[in-house]
Amino acid sequence: MARSLLRPFGRAGVHLALGGYTLIALFPIALILINSVKSRSAIFDNPLALPTPDTFSLIGFHKVLANSNFLLYFGNSLFVTLTSLVLIILFGAMAAWGLSEYKFRGNRWLALYLAIGIMIPIRLGTVSILELIVKLHMVNTLSALVLVYTAQGLPLAVMILSEFVRQVPKELKDAARCDGVGEIKIFFQVILPLIRPAIATVAVFTMIPAWNDLWFPLILAPSDQTKTVTLGVQQFIGQYVTDWNSVLAALSLAVIPVLVLYVIFSRQLIRGLTSGAVK
Amino acid sequence: MQSVRILRNAVLAALVAAGGAQAGTLTIESWRVDDKALWETVLIPAFQKKNPGIEIKFSPTAPTEYDSSLTARMAGGTAGDLVACRPFDVSLSMYKKGNLEKLDGKPGMENFPATAKVAWQTDDGKDTFCMPMASVIHGFLYNKKVFRELSLQPPKTEEEFFKVLDSVKKGGKYAPLALGTADQWESNQIVFTSIGPNYWKGEEGRKALIAGKAKFTDPQFVAAWDYEAKLGTYLGKGASSQTYGDSQNQFALGRAAIYPTGSWDISYFNQTPDLELGAFPPPVKKAGDKCYISDHMDIGMGINKKSKNKEDAYKFLAWLGSQEFADIYTNKVTGFFSLSNHLITVKDPVAKQMIEWRASCASTIRLNAQVLNRGEPSMENELWNVNAQVLNGNLSAKDAAARIQNGFAKWYKPQQ
Amino acid sequence: MVRQTFPWHVVFFLAPAVLIYSLFSALPLIDTLHLGFYTSDDAGLNHFTGLSNFRTILFDQTWSTAFWNAMWNNTKFFMIHMLLQNPIGLLLASLFSLKGLKWARTYRTLIFLPTLLSVVIIGFVWQLILSPLWGVGEKLMGYVGMADSFAPWLGQPSTALLSVALISVWQYIGIPMMLIYAALLAIPEEILDAAHAEGASGLRVFWEIKLPLIWPTLGLVTILTFVANFNAFDLIYSIKGALAGPNYATDILGTFFYRTFFGYQSQIGSPTMGAAVATMMFLVILIGVGIYFFFVQRKLTRYEL
Repeated sequence: MARSLLRPFGRAGVHLALGGYTLIALFPIALILINSVKSRSAIFDNPLALPTPDTFSLIGFHKVLANSNFLLYFGNSLFVTLTSLVLIILFGAMAAWGLSEYKFRGNRWLALYLAIGIMIPIRLGTVSILELIVKLHMVNTLSALVLVYTAQGLPLAVMILSEFVRQVPKELKDAARCDGVGEIKIFFQVILPLIRPAIATVAVFTMIPAWNDLWFPLILAPSDQTKTVTLGVQQFIGQYVTDWNSVLAALSLAVIPVLVLYVIFSRQLIRGLTSGAVK
Repeated sequence: MQSVRILRNAVLAALVAAGGAQAGTLTIESWRVDDKALWETVLIPAFQKKNPGIEIKFSPTAPTEYDSSLTARMAGGTAGDLVACRPFDVSLSMYKKGNLEKLDGKPGMENFPATAKVAWQTDDGKDTFCMPMASVIHGFLYNKKVFRELSLQPPKTEEEFFKVLDSVKKGGKYAPLALGTADQWESNQIVFTSIGPNYWKGEEGRKALIAGKAKFTDPQFVAAWDYEAKLGTYLGKGASSQTYGDSQNQFALGRAAIYPTGSWDISYFNQTPDLELGAFPPPVKKAGDKCYISDHMDIGMGINKKSKNKEDAYKFLAWLGSQEFADIYTNKVTGFFSLSNHLITVKDPVAKQMIEWRASCASTIRLNAQVLNRGEPSMENELWNVNAQVLNGNLSAKDAAARIQNGFAKWYKPQQ
Repeated sequence: MVRQTFPWHVVFFLAPAVLIYSLFSALPLIDTLHLGFYTSDDAGLNHFTGLSNFRTILFDQTWSTAFWNAMWNNTKFFMIHMLLQNPIGLLLASLFSLKGLKWARTYRTLIFLPTLLSVVIIGFVWQLILSPLWGVGEKLMGYVGMADSFAPWLGQPSTALLSVALISVWQYIGIPMMLIYAALLAIPEEILDAAHAEGASGLRVFWEIKLPLIWPTLGLVTILTFVANFNAFDLIYSIKGALAGPNYATDILGTFFYRTFFGYQSQIGSPTMGAAVATMMFLVILIGVGIYFFFVQRKLTRYEL
């Protein structure tokens, strides 16, 4: 049975294609990792060379980790990203359901209004957002970042989740309603589990810009206690001299939490599908 | 008794208020991320020795984000107490919007000559809004070992310069010039405005442009572009993809003979043990000609009008104008020369060499720094674009001149 | 049963999202957009000027050249993504969804890695690879005997935009890949098994069953690519700076907006002109999204399985 599905590509062909592309995806990353443990002159002397005892240097990692605040920055980034993620998914799914399921006047316009956020350069609203945060006395707080990232992630989440919510079978919804189940319960107990794959996908998409963002931490929360990892790395980028060892080390380390989260979410993706036989 | 209690409360309140005024904090904003360690370990402790009780935080932002994020934070009211000022129009615009304090007459300002303050004054010279801090000098650094190996001497005239470049190119082992055009800014701020003053006679040519008495299409400017185009032929094959960082690394690894740059790079190369540094000013056209160097006011310090601790900010500013600060800054941030009147001995040999050019050559600021960048199209952006193309061989000197002049005349009345 | 009471549950579902979004995103954006109808003088005060900013952008020689250059570059940028990013993403997702594929999860995670990276690192490593000085690119091309064809692609006006677009494709391919994969997984097993029981080949199953069922997702991916590309900024800013050289060859609407609104080097930012540029960007994207919402979505048959 499985074999017929793999024809006409042939098992070897598939692995060739996938392996080939994986090489393209990984080669630059391998280059980064190799060079993050070499001394600066060795990086540019021969970037492709593997680190030898002469050129091996953990100076970048030393500088990054010795600066004790870096663990704090990691923690800040994690808090901001995870909290925004939860809020985006929860409120995004609710809004997607509200828009897709219920026909009310202005439904389409509301959907369009919610999509405006991705149609305008985000940095345009910087000063207005900053003034609002100042009024709320939330400057240099992580909550300010959470609120801003949630607001920015909602449009995309709503767009993607609406698409998948629409594909939920009508029979399931009608059956639940006939049983007298309330709308809110239907959403949490029937719909949410069914769109798990989409939720996992949205989680991955929204966590990346939140984690890698430099601008809003710089504007809203630049204090030492609230710095995120991406902002913290900037201290190694000078006007004329960039400490590439430290930048590479810091950014290599910064990928790890995101990678872990990605693995977790992509596992949710599969689990959601095998249990998708809720029928 | 009632009166005693009132008196005691009043005294207590006064004490608290006095104590409160002493425990001040200051935040300094800057784009000089490179100097962070210096500020935290040397400069701030030196200030605090004379002024205990004031806590200071040096909070730099990456240079690419500094201007935009500072503008946004000034508008929102969350910017620091002291801000590093870019020279000329950028800071002028901040002052006109009411974001900077007027500094005329404040303690410390008297230590600076009028020529230095020009970069941070309104056009009529009546309002000064930043205290000058340091300037940089532009020229050429060269690898002494490579020169020795090829039996070369630092050139004084253009003819000698091209002979040197030819020898290096023929040898094939080293790159003649460590220069690229990917980042574009070097082509204007290091090359054109540094080699050009020998052609347009420094301040004379620059002021003539402002007065409307000279045009970019005049022979002296076109000749400068011609010279630049000729230099461009000595760039590497892939120079259009070479960034500033690449040029630095190329020179640091000893793969290039000459590195056009400014004095700020000296400290970076001092950290490269095998590199023997020398410097020479832009070669003159003919032997015996007067030489000109690009001596540019680069950084100043201003006070945020919305600062909550102006009292301490002014104390700090006064110290910035002192001999002590000038001494430490010039010698620790090698390549940045204090703009004050104080007599300073520069200890680093290459920096000393460069500052001594001030005696033998006439100084001028970068060509388009004053007034010329105010219109649309931005002349700074245009010059970057045009000079990068000239170096790449994609634009002729005449076309470059025409493009700049047309953009200039479009908005500048004396040129119309 | 007809509900006579006010549908409070609808408000419940919509309120949190609409509230947070309006306060911290939509209203600040709209608030700043209206600046496009003003000019500011030196002291920072704004004066209403109607459509004059827009007239300047569209008709003034300097502005319109820059604007239309950015527009055209952005269109090219989008087309390269549509030609490469989405088809390759579709191909990869289809391969992953093949039953019984070993190491599928490993492949997926590895191929998705570039999307997780910060733009700073991506800019650094690709500039390193493509740099004519450090020999990485040249050596790699030498392995396939094409060392002579190596050129400073990032620095040449004719190839710079393509190079940056390819780097962007490399970075973001994980996104259409994941979306399409999620959609493919949602196709029930029974349909696929039934098709194979009838003897259909893998390719036929793909063209006649899988593809039609994921059309809506492909539509979504297209519109997301459109929006992301016309709002793109970070990668080009990281590699080429806000001046987007060489000679504005990599200037797209995002970098054009940034330069106008925040200024660059000695060019002082103009919030009013910047807001006008942002409005133009908004209109362009709005047209695309509008077409998607009002036509594509209506016409697509969504198969509820």
